[in-house]
Amino acid sequence: MNTPPTASELALCLCHSCGLSCDMRAGPTECERCGAPLHRRKVSSLTRTWAYMLTALALYVPANLLPVMNTTMLGSGADSTIMSGVLEFWQHGAWDIALIIFIASIAVPGIKFVSLTLLLVTVQRNSLWARKERSKLFRFVELIGYWSMLDVIVVALVAALVKFQALGTIEPRLGILFFGLVVVFTMLAAMSFDPRLIWETPHNKETSDDVTSH
Amino acid sequence: MANQLIICEHCDCVYEKVTLARHQKALCLRCAGVLQRYNGLSVQQRLALTLTAAVLWTFANFYPVMSISLQGLKSSATLWDSVVALSLGPITFIALVAAISIIIAPVFQLLLLMWVLSFALSGKRSPAFRLCMRWLEALRPWSMLEVCLLGAMVAVFKLAGMLDVIPGTGLFALAVLSLLLIRIAGRDVRDLWDTV
Repeated sequence: MNTPPTASELALCLCHSCGLSCDMRAGPTECERCGAPLHRRKVSSLTRTWAYMLTALALYVPANLLPVMNTTMLGSGADSTIMSGVLEFWQHGAWDIALIIFIASIAVPGIKFVSLTLLLVTVQRNSLWARKERSKLFRFVELIGYWSMLDVIVVALVAALVKFQALGTIEPRLGILFFGLVVVFTMLAAMSFDPRLIWETPHNKETSDDVTSH
Repeated sequence: MANQLIICEHCDCVYEKVTLARHQKALCLRCAGVLQRYNGLSVQQRLALTLTAAVLWTFANFYPVMSISLQGLKSSATLWDSVVALSLGPITFIALVAAISIIIAPVFQLLLLMWVLSFALSGKRSPAFRLCMRWLEALRPWSMLEVCLLGAMVAVFKLAGMLDVIPGTGLFALAVLSLLLIRIAGRDVRDLWDTV
């Protein structure tokens, strides 16, 4: 396929903050237009993505096992986890709401873990397999990233509203903290991953390593 | 010359900029990522929408998002109340994350846009233009009003099972504000670098 020249071939570098094509021949370290630091590739992208993702994965366990909120109605209290909230909607026939919460809270982080692992492993093996599709996969991961914050907002609003002392109260529980941290760390993981690594062949990898190590 | 080139952020391919017509976007040949998107907003229109959004932000934050009643008792909550509800107990950190994503990031985006655009109206770069533009880039991923909107709607359904729920002014303001913010604070703000 006839592909256009790449930025490193033309001694250019994209500024991630303002989108300017910066001339790298004079070796600038920051963008002449907006002053943001310039990198041919995000700094230690793979290590940081692995670290953030594994942190998120570790937090995903307590996020799903610990209760996210406690409902006390007329003296009798009950803890609920994310999954029990989904099941409750399902049993009451509200399958659409159950589906929204399930997708946002459980499926989205799961998809992100699987996708990021796939991207990381294939990049580390210098794979040439389905590069266009892997680029698309990364953009999809970026797009769905923050929707997992949904449950945090729901718990916050519900807890702020239901405060009737003896009649009934809803309180947030520790699970929601872990849950929010999962979202933050998976977002950081996706931000640290450099999709341009997908297109790097072993040949031009050496040259770009030279540049980043200055 | 460098200004006329565009680099694909997903695979590093270099292209020359093209002029796009309405509804058009330019895709990278190699990775199919979006290179350029048609931007239909003039500076005046963007500023007008930003001021509208600022008014809506005050409505969304000072009026309750929803109220409930249970056996004659009433209760209502604003966005701030819900952040406060999270801050109690050992989970304070998550209240900070929520506050940033539903209150602080959006209001900073609006303030920065108002500042930058009101100078751009007369073709000038505002003081601290570089700083403001970089902050607009940095804030974007952490501003989650559309998630907040969906969350508020889920909360309405969640509570509707056990008590009476009345959506408040804040919820309607939030709905319009979240859509506006996607339109005015998106990536195409970067075009200001070329126009002023």
